[in-house]
Amino acid sequence: MKFALSIHGAFSQSQSAYSALKFAEAVLVQGHSIERLFFYQDGVHNATQLAQLPQGEFDLPSVWQQFVQQHQLDAVVCIAAALRRGVVNEAEASRYNLAAASLAQGYELSGLGQLVDAAVTADRLVTFGG
Amino acid sequence: MSEQSSAMGFCVISTQAPFHGQSAREALDVVLVSATYEIPVNLLLMGDGVYQLLDAQDGALIQSKNIASMLSVLPMYEVKTIYADAVSLQQRHIDLNMLPSNVTVLSAAELPPFLQQHSRVFSF
Repeated sequence: MKFALSIHGAFSQSQSAYSALKFAEAVLVQGHSIERLFFYQDGVHNATQLAQLPQGEFDLPSVWQQFVQQHQLDAVVCIAAALRRGVVNEAEASRYNLAAASLAQGYELSGLGQLVDAAVTADRLVTFGG
Repeated sequence: MSEQSSAMGFCVISTQAPFHGQSAREALDVVLVSATYEIPVNLLLMGDGVYQLLDAQDGALIQSKNIASMLSVLPMYEVKTIYADAVSLQQRHIDLNMLPSNVTVLSAAELPPFLQQHSRVFSF
């Protein structure tokens, strides 16, 4: 079965992103596939490469990134939600003259149409709220 | 995706108050984008989300845009009706005469069959 996941909570604020990671791992372990991960609302913060967590704390952004890269998942970050929250790649940082790029490798900035498309194409859509 | 999407129906559940961060606005964006893709889509307001319907809000006081006026664009996207949860309205003492005319109120008994009509549900 093909799953689409929409993740709406930031790693620092809610259980949502952690639950989504555990769900995504279970999806693959059980032999299903992930059509797309879509990071929306405060969920875009999970795709940052600029968070430095204190030693000994679970580094959810890094673990998400490793998961995405290891399984070569289609991981889309909503561009409108990301821009307003300071999650930008080099192209957007340069376009808007921002001081740094914060989007981690493995993620793509794109529009909400990617969420709609994934919801239609996948057999199941699961949203992880804020 | 046109053949597949013809059988598709989306429901977007919006549960946050009008100025609770960007939640209400970003939920509405999913409705608008889905409609742009010509997917039948309904907006259901539950919990504090029902406050989005109240006309007596002035976002300008906090340099924000009014959600109620953003909701008013929905008919232009062929979203004729906004659904609201009756229990959430009652709990907040919101009377039907305080709501816009295009709101359909769903009782607790009506909610499960309503949600089952949709092939995809987005929760905000």
